[in-house]
Amino acid sequence: MPIVFKPEETFRDDFTFRNSPEAIHRFPFPFAEDSFMYSVNIEPHAAGPKGSCFEFPIDIDEHYVAECRERAICLKEPGRYLALPHMMPAQWDVLELIMTCLARDYPEYFGLRREGTRWHWVNRPLGIEDIFTFGDPATLPYEPLEYVTRQAPGDWCVLDQRDGTLWMDAGMVTTQADWSLDFDLGMNFIEWHGPVPLAHEIGVFDRALKFLLNLRAGRPVRRLNWTMTVHPRLDTSPEQYPQWGRDRSMVTPENAGDLAHLRVELQALWRLPRSYAIVFSIRCYLISLRELVTVSKWARRLHRVLKGLHPELVAYKGLTRYRDTVLAWLSKYDDGAPTMPGALPE
Amino acid sequence: MSHAAIPVEVSAVEQVTPLIKQFTLAPVAGEELPPFSAGSHVIVVLRRKDRTFRNPYSLMGSRDRGCYRIAVRRHDDGRGGSLYLHEQVRGGMRLEISPPVNLFPLDRMARKHILVAGGVGITPMTAMIDDLLGGQVPWELHYVVRGPEHDHFGRQLLERGGPVHLYYGSAGLDLARVLAGQPLGTHVYTCGPAGMIAAVARAARAAGWADSHIHHEEFAAPPIGHAFDVHLARSNLTVHVPPEWSLLEAIEAVGVRAPYLCRGGVCGECETDVLDLEGELVHNDHWLSAEQKAGGRKIMPCVSRARCTRLVLDR
Repeated sequence: MPIVFKPEETFRDDFTFRNSPEAIHRFPFPFAEDSFMYSVNIEPHAAGPKGSCFEFPIDIDEHYVAECRERAICLKEPGRYLALPHMMPAQWDVLELIMTCLARDYPEYFGLRREGTRWHWVNRPLGIEDIFTFGDPATLPYEPLEYVTRQAPGDWCVLDQRDGTLWMDAGMVTTQADWSLDFDLGMNFIEWHGPVPLAHEIGVFDRALKFLLNLRAGRPVRRLNWTMTVHPRLDTSPEQYPQWGRDRSMVTPENAGDLAHLRVELQALWRLPRSYAIVFSIRCYLISLRELVTVSKWARRLHRVLKGLHPELVAYKGLTRYRDTVLAWLSKYDDGAPTMPGALPE
Repeated sequence: MSHAAIPVEVSAVEQVTPLIKQFTLAPVAGEELPPFSAGSHVIVVLRRKDRTFRNPYSLMGSRDRGCYRIAVRRHDDGRGGSLYLHEQVRGGMRLEISPPVNLFPLDRMARKHILVAGGVGITPMTAMIDDLLGGQVPWELHYVVRGPEHDHFGRQLLERGGPVHLYYGSAGLDLARVLAGQPLGTHVYTCGPAGMIAAVARAARAAGWADSHIHHEEFAAPPIGHAFDVHLARSNLTVHVPPEWSLLEAIEAVGVRAPYLCRGGVCGECETDVLDLEGELVHNDHWLSAEQKAGGRKIMPCVSRARCTRLVLDR
């Protein structure tokens, strides 16, 4: 079925972002049970059911064109796209990964013709067509990583592997849940996860790092992460905190269903073949509570997860000021009936 | 198996020194071999009539031709994998390999790279030199072989140009002099016999180098040892491990899936819990710490074994 893009929807100012019924149905609801705690929830990034957001390695949906436009707005500020000099081989690896995936999985929207190092790229939804030389940055209007991630949904962090750890040495980050590439650039895996509560103590990061250091080419993995955001705002960066921090005090029992959004990140990690770096893609999906409760199982389950959430996680996810309001709003949709195991709609 | 296998065809076999054969592995019709980073290896699956070997070999520089190349040193008193390659594998034969894995990558933050190789240890260095030639970062290679009849790869590299130093016998290589006075941020990489790896590390530390700048690749071939029996608790199977089989191979031979990556005791992927032991473990890996080895609760079945009357693994 063709994707009906919504190029005019916005993620700031008037916030016209909405999910169609199809987009709601394919939302990657992250809770398989009625409670939540951190775990090494990494699984193969294998093809999921047709039409789901796991069907292809990189998901293109109705929000794609609007998201790229939102990204272009963010990029008017410094520090949102950064790459250290030694990451140039990895930049080309990422460009190849994204272009080959999109052209293979969405041939009606993207085209890639390769004759040796002469590459011809077509992006129909964004109206882009370029011929360039693979390996020669001078033949593209931006550095290869910036060029390709201006056209790819979600954030992209490129991690160099050395000294037995991973280093955040390049990235395109404009749809983040309150972390900063500019601040984290050059940090290692344990350092940039420093602020996360509880997970260090239960050994999650040591195990996850050990797993990722042996990540194999051609065997990508994924996990889901989640938080909540007021308004469908993609850019909740620390740099923009003055723009969005105050939103948390605006949630009322009347508007919670429209203002409060569940924010789910589909995080995927690929080993890059030529550079041996890893690319970490963080794709953000937003759904308002009003949209979410159209799936009754999700309504009951989110209510229970938020109710039982560990106080440190409530604080870390920035929910302290409006969780009770959200709980009150959601309670109308939780009749106490049991929920089936698994995250899919019933 | 831990890996989706890639079928390849042996497109050329070349005796390049009295001890080393070079094999060119070509993609099978219509397929492409994945690109790889310098320092990568593949596991080559060798199906001899009576048993299967899965041996790691470094990929050599050859990316421009769409083929992989490996070089294999003949070990007459080894377990049989290299002999099988030398005596049985011919052009036109099909083999299976794993996708490339890299446990010996170049550090891309380095201000200079020093490559030290002995004998067949030159193989990953040829791919590294492919990567470094034409780049901005200075490098040098120091390559030791026993004598002129063993210097095929050294002469090839000399012909390509670049700062290549070839030595006949290790006496000519003055490591202290090579490592002294290098710019801050230099990294050294060694692939060769265990003695060479230790000597380079010793010389580098003596010259004040940080461990983070000293790299080596040392695939331990699974050593031959005593036969023993192992009980796999989760699978509820008892397996006999003959002297020239590795523990991992014996586990695989009864159809139990066990994780692995390097099969050389380096990567940590096959780490397995020891549930019960009467006797002693013979650790041959470079992964477990000295305390873990002494503790007797962990084993790396790709290279390590036991002298025991009873061994129970969580597998």
